[in-house]
Formats: sequence, C-alpha cells, structure tokens
Amino acid sequence: MFNRGLAYLGQGVFYLAFATLIGVFANGPAYTHFPPDRAQIKISFSHGGKHKGGCHKRTRAELAALAPNMRRPTSCPRERVPLYFELNMDGKELLAVSLPPSGLFKDGQARIYKLLKVKPGRHVLVLRLRDSERTEGFDYESTEVVTLKPLQNLVIDFRPVAGVFVVL
Amino acid sequence: MKPLQDFLRRGFNLAEAGFNKFFGPAWNPLYQLGALGFFFFWTIIASGVYVYAVFDTSVIGAYQSVDYMTNEQWYLGGVMRSLHRYASDGLVFIMMLHMLREFSYRRLYGKRWFSWITGAPILWLAYTAGISGYWLVWYKLAQYVATATTEWLDWIPVFGGTIARNLLTEGSTTDRFFTLLVFMHIAIPLIMGLLLWLHLNRISRARINPARGLGIGVFVMMLALSLVKPAVSQGGPADLNTVVSVINLDWFYLGLYPLLDHFPGDQVWFLAAILTLLVIIMPWVTPRKDPRPVVIDLDNCNGCTRCVVDCPYGALTMGPRTDDQPFEGEPVVDASQCVACGICIGACPSATPFRSAKELKTGIDLPDRTLDSLRNQTLEAAEGLSGEARIIVFGCDHAVDLHKLGLPDVAAVSMPCVAMLPPSFIDFILSRNLADGVFLTGCHKGNCYNRFGRRWMDARLAGERDPYLRARVPRERIAICWASAVQGKTLAQQITAFHERLKTMQDVPHIRRRKRRDTPKQEGGNV
Repeated sequence: MFNRGLAYLGQGVFYLAFATLIGVFANGPAYTHFPPDRAQIKISFSHGGKHKGGCHKRTRAELAALAPNMRRPTSCPRERVPLYFELNMDGKELLAVSLPPSGLFKDGQARIYKLLKVKPGRHVLVLRLRDSERTEGFDYESTEVVTLKPLQNLVIDFRPVAGVFVVL
Repeated sequence: MKPLQDFLRRGFNLAEAGFNKFFGPAWNPLYQLGALGFFFFWTIIASGVYVYAVFDTSVIGAYQSVDYMTNEQWYLGGVMRSLHRYASDGLVFIMMLHMLREFSYRRLYGKRWFSWITGAPILWLAYTAGISGYWLVWYKLAQYVATATTEWLDWIPVFGGTIARNLLTEGSTTDRFFTLLVFMHIAIPLIMGLLLWLHLNRISRARINPARGLGIGVFVMMLALSLVKPAVSQGGPADLNTVVSVINLDWFYLGLYPLLDHFPGDQVWFLAAILTLLVIIMPWVTPRKDPRPVVIDLDNCNGCTRCVVDCPYGALTMGPRTDDQPFEGEPVVDASQCVACGICIGACPSATPFRSAKELKTGIDLPDRTLDSLRNQTLEAAEGLSGEARIIVFGCDHAVDLHKLGLPDVAAVSMPCVAMLPPSFIDFILSRNLADGVFLTGCHKGNCYNRFGRRWMDARLAGERDPYLRARVPRERIAICWASAVQGKTLAQQITAFHERLKTMQDVPHIRRRKRRDTPKQEGGNV
C-alpha cells in the first residue's frame, strides 16, 4: 500500500470516478423515444365480435328439456367472429387489421393496441369496424376531423355498448 | 467458458491489485462487492422510509409532493430522494459487477450453485422495484417508463393486453392504481430481503456490511453526488395527452427500454428470458466432477467442534454422539453444502503428521484428497530437495500456479485451500529436517477463494486460533506471501528473498536433526 497521503488521493479519485459514473448514466444520455415533429394516434379498444354461426332461438320444448337455471331463450355458439378494423386518414388507408377473438375457444374479446406516428396538422379520419359475419360493408363507421399538434397523443377508443367510436 | 473466466479473472486480479495499493486489502471495494450491495440496499430502505413519509399517493399529489421535497426541502427531502435514486443505481451496478466477479472466480459451480441461482431473482426484483419507483414520481420519465412497461407487460397473455389501457389518456390513471404501485414498490424490496437471506443461507459468517472506512467513503460520495447533482423531475408532470419525445434515461435501470421501440415486446421478453435462463443454468453448463465432501472418522474424533467453527460454508454442525465414546457430540456433514475446501481438516487436532501410523488417519478427512496423501506428497517433495536452503512451499489451487515457479531448492505442494494444512505440518517439516524453511502462500488478503482460509491460517500461526503452531517452531524459518493468481512474479521474488535469508541462518539447536523415517510406524503410535 502507498503512503497515507497517496492512498487517500487514490481513494478520492476512485470515489470521484464512481460518483461520475453513477451521476452521468443515471441522468443520461438523452434518448429520443418519439420524433418531436410527429403526433401519435393510439388505437386501443376491446370488443367481442358476434357469435360465429349466429344465435338460435330455443323452442318451448327445448327450453323445457333444460334445467330451470339453464333456460336462456337463445342458444349461441361459443366461438366469435374476428373483428375487422380500418382507419383511413385523408383518403389513404392507414391501418387495416383483422382482430382474432381471444381465449382458447376463441370466445373472448378481440383487442387492439396500435401506435401510429403521423404528421401534425388537420386530418380527416374515417374509422370502420366489422364485428359480424358479413363480408361486405361495416357494422360501425365514423368520420372525425382532427387537428393534431406535434407530440399530441390522440386516442381512438370504441364503446361497445353504445356502438360508437370515441376520439380523445 | 474457462478462457473467458480466466480473462475476466485476470482483469479483476489486476484491478484488485491496483485497489490494494490505495485502499489496502481491508477496504478494497472489489473484495466486498456483496457487502457494498447490502450497503446500498440499506441506504435505499432508510432514504425510502423518509421519502414515503412525505410522498402523496395520488395521481396529482405524487408529482407535487416529490417536487416539494426536491425544491422546497432540498436540504433533507431532496437529499433523501437523491440518495434513494443514486443508491438504487449503485446497487444495480454493484450487483452486476458482483455477479461478473463471482463468475470469473468460478464461484458458481458445485455446492455453490445455490448462492448463484438465488441471485437471478434478486436481479429481477431489484429492477422491478427500481422501475416501479420511477413510475411513482409521475413526471415525464415516469410517463415514458409507465407506458413502455405496461405495453411490454401486455405482451404476456395472462395480462390480456389491458394494463396499458390504464394509461390511455389523462384521467385514465386513478389514485387506486397509484396505491397499488406504492404497495408493489414496498413489497418487492421486502421479498428481495427474503431472497437475500436465502442467497446467503449456505455460507457462514456472511459479510453484509462493508469495512467501516469504505462504507463511510461510499456514503460521503453518495451524499456529495446528491448535493452536486440532485435527482430532479425532468420535463414537468406527466401528461398522457402528449407523447414523451426526448428523455434522459437512467441507463442503469432502463438500458433495455429502447429495444422496445425497435423490436416487438415478445422478442424483448424472449431476450430477457434467455439471459435469465443462461444465468440460472450457468453452474451446470460446464461439465465437471465435484470433489466428494468430507467424511468423519469417529475413532479419531473427540467432538472438539473446531471443524464446525472453522467451516466457511456452514456445512458442519454438531450432533449427538452415535458411537460409545465418552464425548458430548460429533460433527455432522451436510454434503449438499460442503465444497471440499479442507479447512476443517486444518482445524482438526488429530490431523497431525507426527502420528506414526502407516496410514495417517484424522477425525475429518477429504476422500479425494486425504491428509495422508498430503503428508506423502510433502515427504516426496522434501525427497527431491537439495542445497543449503531447502524450501517447501504450501499453496492453494486458486492462487498462483506453484508448479510454474521453477525456483531452485524449492518444492511445492498445492491443496484446495492452504488452511487445509494443519500447523503441525510446519513443525513436522522443520523438526524432521525435511526442509530448511516453509513458505505459505494462497489467495490475496481479503480475497480468499474459500472465504476464510487465509484468515484462519494467519490466526493459527499467530496463536490466536486453534490449532496453534507450537512455540518451539522457529518463526524465522516460516514465510508467508498472500498473492493473487496474477502475482506470480511477486511470489517468486518473496520466495527468492526467503531463500537468501535462510542461507544466512544458523541451525537452530532445538530443531532435531535426525534422519527421516521413510516408513512410518505401525498403526497405534503416539499422537
């Protein structure tokens, strides 16, 4: 070991280096997570599609054959159809996705969580959702005019009970 | 794996040698990384208690209370917040270094697997606690961390992709959600404390506090850092209606987060899982045959407890006597914890080479490296010595490779730990004129591969710990140099100097110069 003065000096250098390491890397360097000149559209909702094959209205005889606590007037197959969602911005398709139902038996809600980077400014958004077995057209459709600022986070949600898109 | 470990170990050895010059072995930070980790952990707990007292557990109140702490009460709350933050960063850094060093020293194989794999969940918990802590402050960085974390968690099927919806827009996050986070932030370190106890469960006398001088130095350093560069809330309060753009990251905790912007969350989970799995299976990656644990020979054991006291791994306990000898107890070996270091043999009073039985028996012995074989090896080493200053060097398998020394008049005997050598061996060598001097070497001070080997050996020679070195043994004919694996040159110089000193010494009258017996007496001789 060096003499005491030199030893303390060396220890001081070590502590300074250690403190610098922690101080510097605990506070930086800066990271660009999102481009400052863009806005974000966040699409997030969950919704259960219609039952695949449609529901069947039970007859009196069928209901009578069931236990009293099981006598629901309609009988639906468990599996649901996938959703189909489209987002058009200013006449151009921004997103078009098929959303499979969740669950092992495909009987759960379909979910979407998408982040899109777009240019700020005025935009016309057309939102379309299909949740039935139809192959043409949509069950829900909405047109929204929005003006986005840089770094704005625009959220598109869907309220299944009301059957409307909500832009927040 | 071994070349990588050798490379890393060499790097650590060089750094340790450098630190020894300034700190000395007792304060060397690299020799007490685990204890330093604990020191940071205690600092986090202590500062966290204060921060929690001032913290407001609500969406709006969280930022305001931390902001108040930082700006209005900078001299106490601000310092506490900074200490809490920087100690957490220090903990992560030290934990990683500790893991790397233990890996380089191969302290993960055999019976040491348990301490190694219990470290893996501790790492995860430390990260989880730290990340949830960032979240609580609810400023811009918190918003980034919270959003990225929930989006990442939503890749796990069990969460059903719904956690991130708690952070959809302003108003989505509730005070209740914050209460849950605070609960997590407090509960995780508690679980971590339990795992730390498990982590140290298989080693005795675990060091959980650094040397006082080092602890003071580190604390003063953290305090100075907290005052010079206090932890602040960058970018103002979180605003979920705005996306976080450029942010200063805490790279100790959030170093992997940028990956989430470039790769799908499931791929990052896969990477994290693979890295964790690699750490966990590491002790079994390299096939190796572990030495068998020590065995007790009750015929030669009087239940003195010295082996139990000296075991660095808690592998020995005292149990009731199972034979008809009139002793109180007998040592019981836990084979799952014995690393076969042999330190217990060095502590055993019956482990003396003077016993004139044909086969040397001792109360506790290693089946793969018996005391008898050590005596035979010593006799063989002495046989080949000539010259006016013959030296037998005893060393350990984990320090300098003694067979590469190549010095004249020097013979070397290596063992799992130098503390396996009972002090009576030194007496045996000098009194039987097997050599003119005995040189002991092993791991550097503060860095014993088997934790206490060097310490116990020093204490035994100094007459501070059983079994003592007999007073009749001329101390000037014994030399010691504790040297790490990279200090072969220093060791060679010390041995050469000892060799020169021996040449100038006169024969000591009380050393019996008698002809060596090549064949020990029959079983049943005097102890």
